[in-house]
Amino acid sequence: MKFTSLLTSAAIALGLATGAVAQDKTKVGFVYVGPIGDGGWTYEHNKGRLAVEEHFGDKVETVFVESVPEGPDAERVMTQMALDGADLIFTTSFGYMDPTINVAKKFPDVKFEHATGYKTAPNVSVYSARFYEGRAVQGHIAGNMTESNIIGYIGSYPIPEVIRGINSAYIHAKKVNPDVEFKIVWAYTWFDPAKEADAATVLIEQGADVILQHTDSTAPQAAAQEAGNVVTFGQASDMSEYAPFPRVSSIIDDWAPYYIARTQAVMDGTWETANTWDGIREGMVAIGEISDAVPANVKEEALALKAAMAAGEYHPFTGPLKKQDGSDWLAEGEVADDGTLAGMNFYVEGLEGDIPQ
Amino acid sequence: MIVLEKRPQPSKAWSYATPLVAVVATMIFGGVLFAILGKNPIEAIGTIFWEPLFGEFAFYYRPQLLVKGAPLVLIAIGLSLGFRAGIWNIGAEGQYIMGAIFGAGAGLAFYPLEAWYIFPIMVIAGAFGGWLWAMIPAFLKVRFGTNEILVSLMLVYVAEQMLASVSLGLLKNPEGFGFPGSRNLQSYDSAHNAELIAGSGMHWGVVTALIAVIFAYILLNRHMLGFHIRLTGEAPRAAKFAGVNPARLILFCLGLSGALAGLAGMFEVSGPSGVVSIDFNVGYGFTAIIVAFLGRLHPVGILLAGGLMALTYIGGEIAQSQLGLPAAAIQVFQGMLLFFLLAFDLLTNYRIRAARSEVA
Repeated sequence: MKFTSLLTSAAIALGLATGAVAQDKTKVGFVYVGPIGDGGWTYEHNKGRLAVEEHFGDKVETVFVESVPEGPDAERVMTQMALDGADLIFTTSFGYMDPTINVAKKFPDVKFEHATGYKTAPNVSVYSARFYEGRAVQGHIAGNMTESNIIGYIGSYPIPEVIRGINSAYIHAKKVNPDVEFKIVWAYTWFDPAKEADAATVLIEQGADVILQHTDSTAPQAAAQEAGNVVTFGQASDMSEYAPFPRVSSIIDDWAPYYIARTQAVMDGTWETANTWDGIREGMVAIGEISDAVPANVKEEALALKAAMAAGEYHPFTGPLKKQDGSDWLAEGEVADDGTLAGMNFYVEGLEGDIPQ
Repeated sequence: MIVLEKRPQPSKAWSYATPLVAVVATMIFGGVLFAILGKNPIEAIGTIFWEPLFGEFAFYYRPQLLVKGAPLVLIAIGLSLGFRAGIWNIGAEGQYIMGAIFGAGAGLAFYPLEAWYIFPIMVIAGAFGGWLWAMIPAFLKVRFGTNEILVSLMLVYVAEQMLASVSLGLLKNPEGFGFPGSRNLQSYDSAHNAELIAGSGMHWGVVTALIAVIFAYILLNRHMLGFHIRLTGEAPRAAKFAGVNPARLILFCLGLSGALAGLAGMFEVSGPSGVVSIDFNVGYGFTAIIVAFLGRLHPVGILLAGGLMALTYIGGEIAQSQLGLPAAAIQVFQGMLLFFLLAFDLLTNYRIRAARSEVA
């Protein structure tokens, strides 16, 4: 969509106006893909927003719109926030990438932060967390906990971020349990409790006694609880209401420090385009409490694994590793580079099935 | 005691008044809901209905109303013809998706060639895709007497799987770093359904929606086929005597609604959306059913209803971000609109009477 000079000039005029009116208040907008009560992904982003409010108090005003479909609707919501005088806008889903870039072009004075994407611009940064580090710990526990040796995995979309998670979980489950097998179901949604519950049920019926999920709702946890003897992990958020069983641990995204730092940068005028990819070490990825349902020695090993990653001593993708087709990927002791990880579109050796494409 | 008494004739006055009464009732009860949520109801209702039209940034929102309303109107017009004849196409969402896939596919097949004829081909391909998808339930109904409601609805989910498949494979952007989704048609000039006047929101889909309204009006009021459609819905037996061929009518109504839904998808994917992606469809095909009924299955009514729905969407988003209203409250608000419409619709066919309770 092209815009008139009318809109641009109005936007610039507005930029000047808000600059004059709201000098003391920085306005930060958040665009969410799910409802803030999803208990997972969006819930954690909203916690980050609340942390920004708490940290800066009167100096900041935050606004948000939830359940925004990825596409033209997202573009309109972002434009609306920018028109309303937002100084900084966090767009928190992969599918907001092109809309973010489009809107950012029209509002050069507004800073944009896009989660999990790869397109940057002078006023667009991207940020993501190294969720795969959490997946390593998860895989370690899952491999130990499974008795049927079948681990079910609810994938959202077959994009690199999700495939990385599957690979990392598989590698570490396989390490402790060579007989382990992964069954992967693609839900093609980030948040759809009904679909997620269906996927979990299907996996349980196929014999999976551990369910890993890359979707945002707690529906798989509920499905596992109903089944009775199925282990799950909190995704994106702690999901502790399902602890100590079926939820035995979780991967928690902690966006608060990043959001506070970026808001501060806008206030100080030091904001610059960045490509942030933080993990356990920086605290963007946290491991939720490992419950007593996990044997003590497994818990200990899992915590040691986490500590090794936090200290930078261990990388989840360390050779020797082969690709699914049997070709060599990483040699003994070699560590995957970020470029390969960012665009990962292959399974590692041992995983069955094809990545949909 | 209150009793309902069937009117001998549906009340004309009520059939026009119902939508307005429903909107007013929605405002009142919506206001109560917002008040319970601790928001100023007048401010909230004002934000939803006033801000997009006359607010400070109306210059941006008014064009957006066209962008949001056009696909709704275009799909609803097609659906209304079938609904009038008692032919229930519930799968417009699937036809919308197929239109987008066919339209975008036809355009991308020419990439990177720039030529004037690409866009018209895409339009035809989009309409064809939607038509084809609607022909499946139409054919099965005519040939085997299957239920078109179920078949068309189920095909939505098939279409969603096709959408996922082409986003990940056939139409995937080769320069997209392995991420799903097609090339952005907005940056391919020959295939871009750009705004006709920059900043107006007026793209080819809006124009087509307006033309569809006019044609539907003429068809229903001035054309034999339109008469047959109305007759079949109102008096199926009479229609039989009038020589209406039911099979032909089914094929026509489903085919046309499918083609219009396909067009809507094609204009959306080549314009406001730009990319074929897994999440391309956002429910226009289902919302259009509400729009069709809200507009009383009348072309002009649908035009107004499409505008009203677009208004609640856009106004609802503004209310969310400015007033912190939860998205669910906005959805309840939209649901109220349909609920009250159906509730007050009762008054078109029935009258309420106070009846004396009789001694047993």
